[in-house]
Amino acid sequence: MAVIEKIPCSKIIEKVPGGGFFLTTSESILKWGKVSSLWPMTFGLACCAIEMIATGAPHFDIDRFGAGVFRASPRQCDVMVVAGTICVKMNDCIRRLYAQMPEPKYIIAMGNCAISGGIFYYDTYSVTKGTEALGIGVDVFIPGCPPRPENLLFGLMKLQEKIRNEKNAAR
Amino acid sequence: MRPDEIAAIIKSKFPQVKEEAGTNYIIVPKESILEVAQYIKNPPLGMDNLHCITGIDRKEKIEVVYTFYSIGEHHGVTLKVNLTPEDLNVASLSEIWKSANWLEREVYDLFGVIFSGHPDLRRILNPYDWQGYPLRKNYSNPDFIAKPRM
Repeated sequence: MAVIEKIPCSKIIEKVPGGGFFLTTSESILKWGKVSSLWPMTFGLACCAIEMIATGAPHFDIDRFGAGVFRASPRQCDVMVVAGTICVKMNDCIRRLYAQMPEPKYIIAMGNCAISGGIFYYDTYSVTKGTEALGIGVDVFIPGCPPRPENLLFGLMKLQEKIRNEKNAAR
Repeated sequence: MRPDEIAAIIKSKFPQVKEEAGTNYIIVPKESILEVAQYIKNPPLGMDNLHCITGIDRKEKIEVVYTFYSIGEHHGVTLKVNLTPEDLNVASLSEIWKSANWLEREVYDLFGVIFSGHPDLRRILNPYDWQGYPLRKNYSNPDFIAKPRM
């Protein structure tokens, strides 16, 4: 039983005893699919991207959470990890990439710069004060400068938890 | 060659240049920057590498600082040109060193120095429609959030 509890959607799938089938709802199976195969975008802005790359490498292995397929096109992605400092020159680029992602789409703001501008908050001319200043809603904030790979994995698990608890799965 | 020897060679060739007090930086009048640059590129000095061009805003003047290095001779020299804020024109070195192209664009972008004779004087770091020159002391921006003084 202990093993089954660690499976993400074990609570929403009900196994019929003795039978070769199980009962669930279509919403649950849709959420299970969304949670288990988040495809992030290959998109790094600054030093946080190095931690994101380390998270994707075998030592930390983001693939364990089904989020290891980094796609080079926003049209194939579910989650954008804003990893790093957002410069003013990058604003339009990020808005366009966000608009190109198909629904459902999720945003993780990784690191202090992507949350609020971080150490570049005061007296800078070239840094945007966080992802939400661009008018893009953020699902998970991961503080740190930069966050360790474990923090990114924790943020990813928080995002999966959020998707699992969504009221309207057909978002 | 030591920096003071290089300075002595340049000063003997061009009497209009002078040394900055306390350093071996050479202050060149802006009219003669092209001929001094042409001279130090060739032997005996052979400065074949233009490391860096940057600017310093000292409010009453803007200094343009050129850092040269000779890969063969292992020595370097720093030239400075003083510009008044009313007349920020200086000749471009991009015909002599190709690396001056982007370096001069950067100084133009951040300090507003006009390099006459530059083939493509556009902004390089900031967006093309940017207003103002961010590294000037009197620059301000409505998006600035001033740091609270302790």
